[in-house]
Amino acid sequence: MNIAIASGKGGTGKTTLSTNLAALFAETQKVVLSDLDVEEPNSGLFIKAELLLEENKFKMMPEWIEDNCSLCGICQDVCNFHAVIQLGTKIMIFPQLCHSCYACSELCPGEALPMIPKKMGVLKHFNNGNLSFIESRLDIGEEQAVPLISQTIQYVKEKFSDNIIKIYDAPPGTSCPVIEATKDADFVMLVTEPTPFGLHDLKLAVETMKELKKDFGVVVNRYGIGNNDVLEYCITKDILVLAKIPNDRRIAELYSSGKLIYNQHPEVRKQLENIKDYILKINQSSTR
Amino acid sequence: MKIAFTTKGVYWESVMDSRFGRTEYILVYDDETKELTNFDNRSINNEAHGAGPKTAQKLYELSPDILITGNGPGGNAASVIQQAGIKVFIGASEMSVKEAYEKYKKDELEGF
Amino acid sequence: MKEIVIISGKGGTGKTSITASFAVLGGNNVVVADCDVDAADMHLLMQPDFALPEDFYSGELAVIDQDKCTQCGDCANVCRYDAIPVIKKIYIVDTLSCEGCGYCSRICPTEAITNIDLMVGKWYVSTVKTGGVMVHAKLGVGADNSGKLVAKVKNEAKQIATVNNKECIIIDGSPGIGCPVVSSISGANFVILVTEPSASGLHDLRRVYELVKKFKIKAGCIINKADINNEVTGEIEKFLKKENIAHISSLPYDETFTEAMTEGKTIVEYGKNKLNNSIVESWKKVQLLVNN
Repeated sequence: MNIAIASGKGGTGKTTLSTNLAALFAETQKVVLSDLDVEEPNSGLFIKAELLLEENKFKMMPEWIEDNCSLCGICQDVCNFHAVIQLGTKIMIFPQLCHSCYACSELCPGEALPMIPKKMGVLKHFNNGNLSFIESRLDIGEEQAVPLISQTIQYVKEKFSDNIIKIYDAPPGTSCPVIEATKDADFVMLVTEPTPFGLHDLKLAVETMKELKKDFGVVVNRYGIGNNDVLEYCITKDILVLAKIPNDRRIAELYSSGKLIYNQHPEVRKQLENIKDYILKINQSSTR
Repeated sequence: MKIAFTTKGVYWESVMDSRFGRTEYILVYDDETKELTNFDNRSINNEAHGAGPKTAQKLYELSPDILITGNGPGGNAASVIQQAGIKVFIGASEMSVKEAYEKYKKDELEGF
Repeated sequence: MKEIVIISGKGGTGKTSITASFAVLGGNNVVVADCDVDAADMHLLMQPDFALPEDFYSGELAVIDQDKCTQCGDCANVCRYDAIPVIKKIYIVDTLSCEGCGYCSRICPTEAITNIDLMVGKWYVSTVKTGGVMVHAKLGVGADNSGKLVAKVKNEAKQIATVNNKECIIIDGSPGIGCPVVSSISGANFVILVTEPSASGLHDLRRVYELVKKFKIKAGCIINKADINNEVTGEIEKFLKKENIAHISSLPYDETFTEAMTEGKTIVEYGKNKLNNSIVESWKKVQLLVNN
C-alpha cells in the first residue's frame, strides 16, 4: 500500500505528519517511511534509527572521448538543454543540465559520447524495529530531483513486499518532482493549513491530483488558526478531510527540537489514529 | 586586446547588465582598432534551461581576452569561460560601459 | 534603483508575509515582483488587479501528427521517459511525462513529430492596493520550474521601476537552492534571508547562503518565530556573525501574522502591536543597509 504525503505550499507540516504517522504505525506493524524531498530531506532529524546500508545513486551522462570525435557539432545541435557545448576543439558537458535523453550519444556519428553512470546522490536505508526509513539526498550542485526520486521509489518497491504500508514524504509544490513522487501512489494525503495561503495552494495541489487521477484526501494542520474556508472548500468539492491537527505552540517547539509529537500530545495522537484507521481500511478493501 | 562587456545597450553610454547568462547584449571593444561591436543576446530569454552555457559559448565565439561584468557568471557559465581562457572582472554594476572600462583600466575591478 | 530579494531556503518561514509587509511600507515608491512562481501567494495580501495577462512559454512538447505517422515505433524506442505509449496501435505523447528533449522529432522517418512551445503559465502586471505595481505569475500544474519565468517577472519589474523612477524593487524569491533561486538573486543589491529556529531552518539557511556568497551579494537575516527555540536561535546568530551577515531582526512567534493574513492584510496594516513595530523597524534597517 503506497501512501504519498504532499502539499501545494511548503511549510504546512508534511514532514511532521509523515514522521509521526510512521512512528504510530510502527507501534503495531511494519512500515516504511521514505523521504523523497531529495533536495533537502528533513525527516531524518526526527527518526532515531540504525543505518543498515548506503547506496550511491547514478544517472546516465555522456562522456566525451576526444579520440573518436570529429568535432562535427551534432551533439550540441541535438541537445535541447544546452548541456553539451562545443568550444572550438573541445566538447564540454554540463551534468546538471543533462536530462539523460541519450540523443547526443546515440546520434553521434563517431561514438565519441558513450553514456556512463554519474553519481547524483545517495540513498540511505535505516531501521528501528518495525520502522524502516529510506532517505535519499541529491549531491550539492545536482538539480534534477526526478531521477533520484524515481530510483528511490524503485528501491522501496523491490526491497519491501506489497502488503507493507509505505509512506512517501513528497517535496512541496506542484512541479515535476511532486508528480514523480505521487504518480504511483494508491492514495495521496494533501496537507494544508486553514489560511488563505493554505487554501490557495491546496487548490493547486487538488488540480494536480485530479490530472494524475489520484485518490486523495486532506489533512488540515494548525487547525484553529485562520478561518473555515479550507473546510468549506473541501465540503463543497466533496473532498475527504482525514484529520484536523490542532494549532499549538507546543507542537512548533517540539518540532524545532527535532522531537516527535504524537506521543506527547493526546489530541494529535487521536487525529493520527483516525488517519491510520482509514489507511488500514482502504488497504483491506484493496487486497480483498 | 579585445574586451567584452555584459550590457543593456550598444553604446559606451549604455548601462552595464549585472547578469551574465541572461545579459541583453555582449559588447566587444577592440583596443587596437578602436572598434565597438555588439551581439544581441536577448533571444536567450526564450531558453528555459542552460542560459549560462549558451551565452558563454557565444562569448567564446566572439573571442575576447577579458570579460567585464557585474555579479559574475553562475557555475555552469563560469566553467565554460574558464575553459575558454577568458579572464573575468566583476563589480561593474550600475554604471555605464564607459565607466566600467575606466574602472578596469584603473585596476578598480575585482578579478573573479 | 536598488534590487532587494527575499529568500528562505525552507518553506513556511514567513518569507511571503514579510515581503508583503515591506511592499506595503514601501508603497508607491517600490515595484514588487513575486518570483515564487511555483506557489505564488503574495497576491492574497496585495490585492492586485491582474491586469495585462501574458502567456508564458517554457520548454517544448512533442506532438505526433497522426496523418503522417506510420506507426513504425522508432519514437517510442528512443524515448527514455516512457512518454510515448501505444494505445490501440496509436502512438500518442503523454504530456506529463514528455521532457521536451526533441529526440523523437529528430529521428521520425516521416517527420510526423513536431515540437511545440509549451505554455506553462501566465504572468501579470498589476496595480496593488498601495497604488504601486506588482509583477507576478502563475505556473501551471506539472510544469518545469526553471529560471526563465523568474527572470521574466524580475525583468518586467525592473523595467517598470526604471522607467517610472522608483526607488527599488522588492522580490519575493523562489524557495530551495536550484535554478529559480539563482535567477531570483542574480543582479540583486541586497538579499534578505528569512529563517526560523529549527534544525531544518538552520540547515537550509546555510545551504542557501552558499549561493548568495558565490554571487558576493550583501546579505541580512530575519529570524522569524525566534522565541520558539532559543538554543537554535543562538546558533543562527553565531552563524550570522561568522559569515558577516547583518542580523536585521528577530521576530517573536505570533499568531497575529496568520490573523492578519486571513483578512487579506499584512501585519503592518493590522493595527498597532509589537510585531507590527518590529517589522517597521526591520524595513528601516533594510533601507539603511541597502543605501549605506
